[in-house]
Amino acid sequence: MSESKLKHTATTAAFMVMFTVIGTTLLAYTYFTTKAPIEASEAEARMALLDQVLPPTMHDNDLLKDTVKIVAGGELGNRTETLAYSARLGGQPSAVILEATAPDGYSGDIKLLIAIHHDGSLAGVRVLTHKETPGLGDYIDIGHGDWIKHFDGQSLAKTPDEFWKVKKDGGHFDYMAGATITPRAVVKAVHQALHYFSANKDTLFAQTAANEVQGVAK
Amino acid sequence: MSAYRDIVENGLWKQNPGVVQLLGLCPTLAVTTTAVNGLSLGFVTALVMAASNGSVSPIRRIIPEEIRIPVFILIIAALVTVIDLGMNAFAHPLHKVLGIFIPLIVTNCIVLARVEAFAARNPTTPSMLDGFMMGMGLTMVLTLLGALRELAGKGTMFSGIDLAFGPAAKQFVVTVIPDYPGFLLAILPPGAFIGLGLLIASRNWIEQRKAAAETVTMPPMTAARSH
Repeated sequence: MSESKLKHTATTAAFMVMFTVIGTTLLAYTYFTTKAPIEASEAEARMALLDQVLPPTMHDNDLLKDTVKIVAGGELGNRTETLAYSARLGGQPSAVILEATAPDGYSGDIKLLIAIHHDGSLAGVRVLTHKETPGLGDYIDIGHGDWIKHFDGQSLAKTPDEFWKVKKDGGHFDYMAGATITPRAVVKAVHQALHYFSANKDTLFAQTAANEVQGVAK
Repeated sequence: MSAYRDIVENGLWKQNPGVVQLLGLCPTLAVTTTAVNGLSLGFVTALVMAASNGSVSPIRRIIPEEIRIPVFILIIAALVTVIDLGMNAFAHPLHKVLGIFIPLIVTNCIVLARVEAFAARNPTTPSMLDGFMMGMGLTMVLTLLGALRELAGKGTMFSGIDLAFGPAAKQFVVTVIPDYPGFLLAILPPGAFIGLGLLIASRNWIEQRKAAAETVTMPPMTAARSH
């Protein structure tokens, strides 16, 4: 009796193992065949995003390959290590694209992609991800409004430090009534990113790609 | 042949997973902010269901009774992952929109329910048809609910269609109500519950009308007496 039970258990277990092996093989095969296409479409999506903040005419190098790693934290406020993309035109540095995080959105982090020209003026800013209220705070997203384009051409030289605020706080930047916390957080993050850029300009444009830049601790 | 007709009818109307069985509500409620989202996730679910029913049915006699549920789940999970990776590779923008809901198809009760209730007892061809038709029934509900919410919430129809069918399809986006200020409630989760409620109510209403029509056509025995 107990022997037949044992046999039954063994058969059942063998079946389970067999199905697991078949399943794993199928998954491994799919993973390896789709790996290259997935990487290609991810790079394409990434590039399309970079093109939004920095016109393709501003660089003749492959942005995805000319990167500098930036450690988490510091003035950019990113929670994980991010990449800075260096744009060059004829070998000369033309702009850099940074990722920054505004930790003080209305509901959680707002991740930004910020392109800064070599002269310190902003080429463009886009929101990568946010959790702001739909229909209220989401006008910072290009899909819901042109507000984010106000940053185009802005710089520390053009707007003094004390005016890097929304108009409600006495600054230069528009906001929409009912949602001030969101633009306030974005303006602050962009302002800090510009400061980070002016402090680390040389490191960001260093010819040796993929070297670590120390985050500037506050 | 009528068996196949029954399967189609069950999937699309009589046993519709979305408005009759009420299985798989998680994606139903979360993804249906636009008609295209609903259609895409519904169609992917239908594919998974056809594939899982089709692969369980031929081996239904050799799977030991005690471990059938783990084996079913294993098969479903493997198929969903294959489709997830495939979409990530070849339909990247759509994959980004549907995001977490593709892997979550595994947890959609309707998939396991059809495998257990139908594929484990029936031959391969009807099983595949059953999975696909149940999936299409769900697709119908998701698309309708998505269309309803999109229209009420944004005043457009088929926005985001370019994500599913390529940039050329962008011309099919219809702005039904120009300069629509938007109705936030329809886009937010409560809109999904209200919309689904309306769909269930409409289906029940149609069923009742049908039932009423059938009783009327019967010879009126005491009909004259009822006020």
